[in-house]
Amino acid sequence: MKSPSFSFRAITTPFEQIPKWMIVFLGVAIWVVVIASWSAITYSGMITETFLPTPDMVVSRTLKYIQNGVLWEHTSASVQVVFIGFVLSSVVSVPLGLFMGTYRIVQAFLDPLVNFMRYLPVTSFVPLFILWIGIGIEQRVTVIIFGIFFQQLVMLADTARSVPRDLVNAAYTLGTSRAHTVFHIVLPASLPNIFDILRVTMGWAWTYLVVAELVAARSGLGYISLKAMRGFQVDVIFMAIAMIGILGLITDQGFRLLRKYAAPWAL
Amino acid sequence: MAKSRYANLRSADIVIDDVHLRYGTGPSSVLALDGISFDVKPNEFCVIVGPSGCGKSSLLYLVAGLETKTAGTITVNGKPVSDPGPERGMVFQAYTLFPWLTVAKNVEYGPKRKGYPAAERKDIVDHFLAEVGLSKFADHYPSQLSGGMKQRVAIARALANDPMVLLMDEPFGALDSQTRHTMQGLLLRVWEHSKKTVLFVTHDIEEAILLADRVLVMSGRPGQIKKEITINFDRPRNMDLVLEPDFISTKREILELLKDTDDDEH
Repeated sequence: MKSPSFSFRAITTPFEQIPKWMIVFLGVAIWVVVIASWSAITYSGMITETFLPTPDMVVSRTLKYIQNGVLWEHTSASVQVVFIGFVLSSVVSVPLGLFMGTYRIVQAFLDPLVNFMRYLPVTSFVPLFILWIGIGIEQRVTVIIFGIFFQQLVMLADTARSVPRDLVNAAYTLGTSRAHTVFHIVLPASLPNIFDILRVTMGWAWTYLVVAELVAARSGLGYISLKAMRGFQVDVIFMAIAMIGILGLITDQGFRLLRKYAAPWAL
Repeated sequence: MAKSRYANLRSADIVIDDVHLRYGTGPSSVLALDGISFDVKPNEFCVIVGPSGCGKSSLLYLVAGLETKTAGTITVNGKPVSDPGPERGMVFQAYTLFPWLTVAKNVEYGPKRKGYPAAERKDIVDHFLAEVGLSKFADHYPSQLSGGMKQRVAIARALANDPMVLLMDEPFGALDSQTRHTMQGLLLRVWEHSKKTVLFVTHDIEEAILLADRVLVMSGRPGQIKKEITINFDRPRNMDLVLEPDFISTKREILELLKDTDDDEH
C-alpha cells in the first residue's frame, strides 16, 4: 500500500486515507477550537461565571479536588459501580447471547422476554429498585445491569447468528461435534464483534450509572454533580463531566487494545 | 514432493442408490434430486457436471451428511451416511478457512480434533503445506491470502485430516481463469500423491474432463444422471490435454448433453 500523500486532491477524495500527522493534528485541533471558543465567551464576559465557569476556574477546582482526594474518592466509587455492573452483565450475556444466536430453541424461549425488556427505559425501574434494594451500591449496579444486559443479548445473538453456515459445515466435515460448535466455531468467529459490542455497551453503562447516581447515591461523579448544582458550583459539574468523558475515552481505547490483542486476525 | 507416510492411502467407495431429495412439503415443494444412483470406486476421481440448479451441490452435501435426503441410501466405505464426519472431507466453493487461525493452525485443525500428539501434527502440517506450496505462509492469517491460496489451504486442511473420500463443491468456481488453471494442475498433482476417492462438482466442462476418471452429466431440475462418460486420458495429465482432438470431442459430447437439458427446460 502506498503511503497516503498530502495534496488537496488526496484529502478531498472520498474514502481516501490521509497522512498520520494530519490525523494527530486534526485530533488536537478540535479541542483547541472547543477550548478557544469556551475561553472567548467566558473571559469576554458574554456569559456570567455563575452559569459557565472559565477554563481556569475548572482547572483550579480540579487541582483542589485532586489534592484533597475528593475527585479520587468519587471517581473510584463510580468506576467500581460501572465495573461490577458491566462485568456481571457481560459474564452472563456473552455465553447466553451466543447460545441464543446458535440454538433456535434458546432464541424462541428468550426472545419474547428480551424484546419486551429491552424497550423499557431502565429509568422507569429506578423507583422500584430504590424501594426494593435501597440506595446502596447494589441499586446502582442493578440499574446498570438492567440497562445493558438485554441490549447486549440481542446484539450478541445477532452476531452469533451471522456466522457463515459454510464455516460451521466445514468444521463438521473436519470432525467438530455439534456440541462443540458454539465454543470452537461460533465464539472465535464472533470474537471481534463481541469486543465491539462490549465497547459500545460500556458507554451505555456510564450513562445509566450517572442516571442512578443523580437519583439516589451518596458518592460518585453523578452525585457530586447534583450536590454542586444545589451549591451553584458549575465548575464542579464541568469537572465531573470531563472526568466521565476521560474515563470513557480510556475504556474505549482499552477495549480497542484488548480486541487487537485477543483477535489479531481481524482488522 | 517425496512420498511421506502422510501421503494418505485411506480411500473408500461411495454408493448412492435411488436418492431423492425434496425441498419443502405439499404443493409448493420442489423435487431437487430424482432417483440418483451411481457408485464411486476407491481411488476414483469422479466429476459431476450439470446446469446450475440441477442439484449437484445438494448431492454432495448429502454425501457429506450436511443435508438430509428424502429417500434412498448413501453409503461410504459400506457405512450409511447420516451425519457429517471427518472420514468425508469437503472443500467448499465459499472460502471456509477459519479466520481466527493461521494457515498452519487451519491445517492442523482436523488432526487436533482427533487428538494427535503435537509432533505428529507438525509433521502433517509441514507435509501438506509443502504439497500445496504454501510452507512460507504457515503463520499468515487467511485474510492475508489471495482467493487461490485460500483454496489451496482448504485442500491441504481437508487432506491433512486423512479423509476416506474428498468432496469438492466447485472449489475453483470463485477464482479467475488463470488461477483456476493453476489450481487444477495443483489438484491433479496432489491427487496423484494421495489417490483419494474424489467426488467433484463443477459446471466447467473442461475442468471436469481434465480431472476426471469418469464424468457424470446431470439434467436440470429435477436432477437426474443423464449420462456417464469414462475419461481415458493417461495420467499424470497436464493442461496441454485441452487441445487434443479426443478432449475436444468429449467436450462437444458433454456440451450437447447439457444443451438438450436446456431445451428440456424451455
